[in-house]
Amino acid sequence: MADTLVEVRNLKEYFTITTGAFTSKPLKAVDDVSFSIHRGETLGLVGESGCGKTTVGRTLLHLYKPTAGQIFFDGKEVKTKKDVLEYRRKSTMVFQDPYSSLNPRMTVADIIGEPLDVHKMYASKKEREEKILDLMAKVGLNSEHANRYAHEFSGGQRQRIGIARAMAMNPQFVVCDEPVSALDVSIQAQVINMFDELQEQMGLTYLFIAHDLLVVRHISDRIAVMYLGKMVELADAAEIYDHPLHPYTKCLMSAVPLPDPKKARENHRIVLSGDIPSPLNAPSGCPFRTRCPYATEACAASMPEFKEVQSGHFVACHRIQEIG
Amino acid sequence: MEKKARLLNMQVNLDEFIPATEEEKEYMLQMRPSTTFFRDGMKRLVKNRIAFISLIVIVIITLASILIPFFWPYKYDTMLGVRPGKPVDSSYNNLAPFHYGKTELKKIEAGEKVFPHIFGTDSGGRDYFIRVVYGTRISLAVGFFASIIVLIVGMLVGSIAGYCGGVVDLFIMRIVDMIYALPDMLMVILLATVMKQTLGPAIEGTVFAKIGSNIIALFFVFGLLYWVSMARLIRGQILSLREQEYVLASQATGAKARWIIKKHLLPNCISVVIISTALQIPSAIFTESYLSFLGLGVNAPMPSLGSLASDALNGINSYPYRLVIPAITISLIVLSLNLFGDGLRDAFDPKLKH
Amino acid sequence: MALLEVRDLHTSFFTPVGEVKAVNGISFNLDHGKVLGIVGESGSGKSVTAYSVMQILEKTGKILSGSIKVDGKELVGLPEREMKHIRGNRISIIFQDPMTSLNPTYTIGHQLMEAILLHTNRNKKQAYDRAVEMLKLVNVNEPEKRMKQYPFEFSGGMRQRVMIAMALACEPDILIADEPTTALDVTIQAQILELMQSLQKELGMAIIMITHDLGVVAQMCDEVIVMYAGSICEQGTADEIFYNPKHEYTKGLIRSIPTVDNDGEKLQPISGTPIDLLNMPAGCPFAPRCENAMKICLHQRCPRMQINADHQAACWVTAKEEMEKEGVCNG
Repeated sequence: MADTLVEVRNLKEYFTITTGAFTSKPLKAVDDVSFSIHRGETLGLVGESGCGKTTVGRTLLHLYKPTAGQIFFDGKEVKTKKDVLEYRRKSTMVFQDPYSSLNPRMTVADIIGEPLDVHKMYASKKEREEKILDLMAKVGLNSEHANRYAHEFSGGQRQRIGIARAMAMNPQFVVCDEPVSALDVSIQAQVINMFDELQEQMGLTYLFIAHDLLVVRHISDRIAVMYLGKMVELADAAEIYDHPLHPYTKCLMSAVPLPDPKKARENHRIVLSGDIPSPLNAPSGCPFRTRCPYATEACAASMPEFKEVQSGHFVACHRIQEIG
Repeated sequence: MEKKARLLNMQVNLDEFIPATEEEKEYMLQMRPSTTFFRDGMKRLVKNRIAFISLIVIVIITLASILIPFFWPYKYDTMLGVRPGKPVDSSYNNLAPFHYGKTELKKIEAGEKVFPHIFGTDSGGRDYFIRVVYGTRISLAVGFFASIIVLIVGMLVGSIAGYCGGVVDLFIMRIVDMIYALPDMLMVILLATVMKQTLGPAIEGTVFAKIGSNIIALFFVFGLLYWVSMARLIRGQILSLREQEYVLASQATGAKARWIIKKHLLPNCISVVIISTALQIPSAIFTESYLSFLGLGVNAPMPSLGSLASDALNGINSYPYRLVIPAITISLIVLSLNLFGDGLRDAFDPKLKH
Repeated sequence: MALLEVRDLHTSFFTPVGEVKAVNGISFNLDHGKVLGIVGESGSGKSVTAYSVMQILEKTGKILSGSIKVDGKELVGLPEREMKHIRGNRISIIFQDPMTSLNPTYTIGHQLMEAILLHTNRNKKQAYDRAVEMLKLVNVNEPEKRMKQYPFEFSGGMRQRVMIAMALACEPDILIADEPTTALDVTIQAQILELMQSLQKELGMAIIMITHDLGVVAQMCDEVIVMYAGSICEQGTADEIFYNPKHEYTKGLIRSIPTVDNDGEKLQPISGTPIDLLNMPAGCPFAPRCENAMKICLHQRCPRMQINADHQAACWVTAKEEMEKEGVCNG
């Protein structure tokens, strides 16, 4: 039994959207999701817009208060304010947009050193400076740039600053919210390599949220697929790509354009009809049934259970025995 | 001997086909010199000629109002021609600019040096120029300090309302709405009158008595009423800044509300605050001027530009310059502050940046 | 004669901080009915090229020199009133962000009909029919109902279809697609790309596909141009570019994408950061980041070389290889 670092049980995150003067509707961003992340692994989380992956990441760090469900970190439940504060020292987040995640009025040194300042993790000014320079070296930033401002750097460098800030507290668990989506292709590879190196050096556990399936495959050990707030499949990275079981995952994998002309010509694409429904009007029962080629009446009646159909491979589908 | 080759009809030096070193590559890449947001804005401000000239005008006026009284031979409250024990010499009164009274002319013939009255004298025989200078001093001081009060109160209330949101925000904003609804001129006059009765006797003999209870009342009024627009502005800024990802990142590290407001939210409001304050000063000066015009401003003999204008109304047909000069001074101050504030906004407003 | 011929195009933006040389001498052809992909990262000049062809540059942008010919007709220097007949009529463009490309205050029907009424002699009724026809063509269901709806009632994928419908309403010869699927989800992207492919076969128009996604290029494009910092590094057929890259930048790009083959290994990224267009170095713009850069790369730009019938590249490393093959460089 692998050592579990983070465990999530029946997590729900609903937002209330006012639809009229006195009426409101719940936006079920995350609807009853359960999974666990092992120590030292990278769990990839993929899905399209409205699937709730970003919300999962933020709720996991208690940036949004969960509507229901439990979050366990290192065996202990994270519930009270005290728990949350302790949890915040051991977990951290890397954000998607390198332009809005750094305060334009602060120098690079101050941005990276902020976690140290908040938790007073140093005895003297010199120690603080040393720690900051150390972090900058870890992410490959030139120490001369410590007193420059964030807007003077390119996207890739800004993302490195964000990563250095995340590493300042020596965390155990890092939620990476689409960290490379806003970067150029050639820079993405640099940053992905850095994530790998840091994981090895510091023994980190990642929840890697992304929509670029090729990137996720490369960096993840296991991958979870979400659709409209529900988790539909969870398995080892290679399994998801080579033997996807859920109909949605199959469509998703075949829709990815491969950077290889011959393979692209041979690929038989399963093209879904229709659009992704809005999370405000999620279909009853299985949310994918409106676009699923295998949908039956049973699919509209109830949400399928997320269960283990093969070793380590979880799927939520009523008809999995017949299709798989 | 250099090895050459023909490649696509070009002469190329074959020695160049060896790998380049890292230093050579780095030399090709140079980062642009560091500029902060502030320096960027200042550069743009300087380029804006109108704003720059306005700034110079304001600086000259301010320095003049501070420094001139030190070496000017006349005092603002000295009635020339009034000597204790002797009858009033009215030849000093109502002199036109650069004119001399009979007594002064006699003095000049006797060989004495008499400093010219650049703006003439008023009906009491006081040198008008120095009175205008003192009046400017009062106006600028009132404008400046009133704006500071507005800034502090507004920033405090606005940031709390903006950051906390929810019920706190609702409560504070309804108070703001109520204050907005009050007619400010009426309130000022009421408060000034009340304060005169209550504060008047309390501050007699102190330094405040010189400034006058009316002006203290004015500061009070500003502190109570005029902070609302600043509060709304700050609240709006904070509401939008609160959603920025770097605030979320700070929360993820475990930072508390006070830290976030101090380190992240307020510094990013600064440009807006400066501009708003710069545009608030002329408004305060204007308010003080019309209050003094109405007789609710500084106590005599301390002059203010508004009271000078008010006094000058009586003799407007015979001595029009006595009204025109303070009026032009007020206009000049208010105009240059407004233009400077506009220039500040153009220079620092990030939305106009490319 | 090619449908579109661009020769030695130079476009710059004159900003308060200096001249940004966005496009520095590019030349390419587009043939009838072909799909040309322009690949590059931010700052490569690919969008600026398209905007130069359409002459929709910002006020600060200017075409400094070069020639753009459509069916032999020169577009550079063409007066605005004549250019209006070409835009939307012979050349159309669809943009990246479908959210902001449509006017939120007009119905879809109105916006569709606008283009038709501008460029053709149809009356309102005929324009309406044509608009409905276009919506059917792009697989928008219930087209009559949709005509009366506003953009906010559409999803991202639908809006992009409407953009395509608007662009094709006048049956242009060339469709320029500026990162049309970057803002869309993967499954929607697949739908849109398939739609574009089928429309292209049906209507026989040429497409210029601007993107940074090599997967999209591999799927859609017959020919590919790779740009970096305003210059063309390499151009050729898709197969040539992917399987036989001859420019260091292209090689680096292809190596740095995670694929099934390099799963589990470390990626081989291109080091350094993209160029600052205000501070262009002499010589090859990619040289400071290039692993195999030579001294000549830093001082001189390599001229375009013909690798084979469908492939041209401008790289000294390749030039050196060629010369070694021909036995020039010995001793």
